[in-house]
Amino acid sequence: MSTSGTRVLPLGRIGESVLRADGRPKVRGEFAYASDLGADRMLWGATLRSPHPSARIRGIDITRALTLSGVHAVLTHADVPGRTTYGMEISDQPVLAIDRVRYEGEPVAIVAADHPETARRAIERIVVDYLPEDPLTDPERAIMPGAPRLHPGGNLLRRVTIRHGDPGATAEVVVRGEYAVGMQDQAFLGPEAALAVPAEDGGIDLHVATQWLHVDQGQVAACLGLPPSLTRLHLSGVGGAFGGREDLSMQVHVAMLALHTGRPVKMVYSREESFFGHVHRHPARMEYEHGADRDGRLVYVRARVVLDGGAYASSSTAVVANAATFACGPYDVPNAEVEAIVTYTNNPPCGAMRGFGAVQVAFGHESQMDRLAAELALDPIEIRLRNALATGMRLPTGQLVDGPAPVRELLEGLRDMPLPPDVVPVDPREFPGGVSNSTHGEGTRRGVGVAVGFKNIAFAEGFDDYSTARVRISRDDGGPLVEIHTAAAEVGQGLETVLAQIARTELSLERVRVLPADTQVGSAGSTSASRQTWMTGGAVQLACARLRERLHEAIDGPIEETAVYRHRPTQALDPDTGQGDSLVALAFAAHRAVCDVDVELGIVRAVEIATTQDVGRVMNPLALEGQIHGGIAQGLGLALMEEIQMEEGRVRNASFTDYLMPTVLDMPQVRMRISETPHPHAPYGLNGVGEMPTIASTPAIVAAVRDASGRPLTRVPLRPSDIAGV
Amino acid sequence: MVRRQGPRRRILPLLEATLQPRDLADALAARGAHPTALPLAGGTDLMVEINFDRRRPERILDLSRIAELAGWDREGDELVIGAGVTHARLEGEMGGLAPGLGMAARTIGSPQIRNRGTIGGNIATSSPAGDALPPLVAAGARVELASATASRSVPISEFCTGPKRNVMAPDELITAVRVPVAQGPQQFAKVGPRNAMVIAVCSLSVHLDAVARTVRTAIGSAAPTIVRATEAEAFMEGVLDERGAWERPGPLPASALARFGELVAAAARPIDDVRGSAAYRRHALAVLGRRTLSWCWQEHRA
Repeated sequence: MSTSGTRVLPLGRIGESVLRADGRPKVRGEFAYASDLGADRMLWGATLRSPHPSARIRGIDITRALTLSGVHAVLTHADVPGRTTYGMEISDQPVLAIDRVRYEGEPVAIVAADHPETARRAIERIVVDYLPEDPLTDPERAIMPGAPRLHPGGNLLRRVTIRHGDPGATAEVVVRGEYAVGMQDQAFLGPEAALAVPAEDGGIDLHVATQWLHVDQGQVAACLGLPPSLTRLHLSGVGGAFGGREDLSMQVHVAMLALHTGRPVKMVYSREESFFGHVHRHPARMEYEHGADRDGRLVYVRARVVLDGGAYASSSTAVVANAATFACGPYDVPNAEVEAIVTYTNNPPCGAMRGFGAVQVAFGHESQMDRLAAELALDPIEIRLRNALATGMRLPTGQLVDGPAPVRELLEGLRDMPLPPDVVPVDPREFPGGVSNSTHGEGTRRGVGVAVGFKNIAFAEGFDDYSTARVRISRDDGGPLVEIHTAAAEVGQGLETVLAQIARTELSLERVRVLPADTQVGSAGSTSASRQTWMTGGAVQLACARLRERLHEAIDGPIEETAVYRHRPTQALDPDTGQGDSLVALAFAAHRAVCDVDVELGIVRAVEIATTQDVGRVMNPLALEGQIHGGIAQGLGLALMEEIQMEEGRVRNASFTDYLMPTVLDMPQVRMRISETPHPHAPYGLNGVGEMPTIASTPAIVAAVRDASGRPLTRVPLRPSDIAGV
Repeated sequence: MVRRQGPRRRILPLLEATLQPRDLADALAARGAHPTALPLAGGTDLMVEINFDRRRPERILDLSRIAELAGWDREGDELVIGAGVTHARLEGEMGGLAPGLGMAARTIGSPQIRNRGTIGGNIATSSPAGDALPPLVAAGARVELASATASRSVPISEFCTGPKRNVMAPDELITAVRVPVAQGPQQFAKVGPRNAMVIAVCSLSVHLDAVARTVRTAIGSAAPTIVRATEAEAFMEGVLDERGAWERPGPLPASALARFGELVAAAARPIDDVRGSAAYRRHALAVLGRRTLSWCWQEHRA
């Protein structure tokens, strides 16, 4: 593909680098995010959160908050009009804490006041009588005898066991390893925000930054005790999501306050509050055993994965299924035994984040492949080639890989890409440490690492995953106008641009407008699982195809079609054997990292990431390039710095001062080679792209740092002290 | 109707209570009249604290418009740097006069932070992680304090008394810092897990004075205040004297550099915190000690 971002072809059709409409306003600070919305007579909401990771609540006294001038409402769990709990998969999370809190930062009470500062002061005047208890913070201890039960059904959220082939398989060469992944945060830049406006019909209009309007709508309506038809959601400007906006945050709270006061109410989380306001990536502990023959061909993989689900279920039960399904990596594994569990603890709830369970195990399986390569003195790419998954093989779940699985091609492509020159930097910022001036080359060694990863596209295990699009053609003074109405959330990834490209391509009409997303049209499903271009793109394509048949009618007046796109059905995994055709499709990417490492100080500078990725069909080269850069940055962050540090159930670094993400000086040059193997089941043969850059980039970087430092490095993010061996 | 809102209102009540003196005399008078007003120059520390709701000042004393604080000059063997001089200017303008200070300023925050943040603010915040502080301590700088009625000069090493604590009286402001002009090579290095925009896990300044034949050090982020490694300094001065190295600068033995690094590390009193362990800080200081001294010495020999 061409990676020149400036080449914009005039037609705006698929395959072109069409510029996004929101790009310029965002760069200029003119884009309206959810936090920028306002309304007449608007009040400001604020949330009282638990200071304890675990405590009983013996009473809540709101009197002193209510008497503060300017305060219009102080609400607790007793004021929740409908269902008192919510949750995407299991309704276990109280809208407001009832008789106990299970994590630090859990919402306990909410306030509406005439000024945000008044609301904050009112929060401080609420007296909660807590009886703190020792937090349960170890996900493995959570299911041992004697552990306190955090939920009525016990602490085991889900166990997924996959048995494939011969459980007694033995091998000539065996490598074992234990690995750990810290708690990464989505760290989107636009904090949670919403504006709720009470309507005359007794309903509510909720303007919110979210990933999935309809799943919010269902939960919000139930908690408000309103029919969904009176719970109207409107997508407002979303400043990044990465999975962190799949669960509700303030949606019910702000709507409760608006309905209670009869006035518009707005809530915006602060940066610190945002760390407590959404789920994080599951921390993981993994034990692996790989058996291979002398040629390096895998005989078996045994893996045990423990995920910390935190205080509430969120999407844990799906994440753990992914962790199990992908635990062995994109390889031909004749015999596998995988156990993955996720448990409740008093740590922050964990849920969806880009890569969704595949990220954690990729660090495990790729570290193991490197161990195996070292044991057999094989090149890391060679060992992967000898085991590469291909079309026609079966996954450990028994599912036939019937779509493209170009693992071999991606690895060979990576091998063919030249290495960056190893020269002493002229710019001192190019030494490890960058502007910190900590080395002029002393202690610095270069390392190279490779990794390959994969993940499924769209939802799995029998979920009825669909998307709806309404497309209308009308005519005004400017000629024919196409309007696309969906509930699909543009969260910054460029979906609106690609939907418009699809409509132009299908209808050969130039003027296309993407209407604001809301719940006045059917669900588009979630903006997650790398699924929206496939699913909502598919729905738009379908609606346009139907309109194309009726174009002659457009002379007489507007024509409109609503189409629902479904991917092929999937099955749940068998609860005993973990077998089943649970996945829609797979996507793959490989990464090679070159890092300069100051091995004495343990400081890393990534020099270059080379990546090969198969995308089925390039829909928008510029947007694709952006997704790949961003995903690699997030993978780099997990490898080297991004971690919510926990101590006894408390977050130690809820700020961007101490939760570090890569800066432009940390982000290396990216060299990419994109291939297009058409996916037989997808519109245009496309495949999902958003998550794959995040999966193998982390283990590739760690492998490079291992290569430079010679240390085993079994935990991410790598700490300087680990690399330096202090 | 839902609409796009105008500018953020969160800070509005603060702005209504902001004092904005136009010259130093007005500022000192305002400081005397409102000792609880919070002095704010670039705001790069204080606005974070206010936005995180860790601090709710009743009033703000805005020092950003005071021309007398915004310049620097050379007076004989000293630089007089106004409290309002930004990190960006230190980075760009100190050159050979105070190279260590310029290097340290380069490591602070982002370009935006360096454009706003000031040396006076860094001193007043008195964080052990304040990156401008180690080069000032190593240089033996003095902090110029003034009130409406008096002024005084305090050595920087006596100014900071603990983490975010200092000797400034409620009616005083920092007007300037006096920094001796460099008489030899200076280096500043810090360690953090990110290649820019990172708070120091630890940092080190090393200054050579080829005229006075001294070695000066200052350690950041590894004790309650910036501390000197006086034993390391004395050791290296001894090595240099003994070898006649000031007159005949030859290469320094690796063992001497290593010993210097060890003594630097031994002078630190680090803690375990969210940014790093005490053991790693000691280790890193030993490495930085070795490296920064060797860079200074290479430059001296050149």
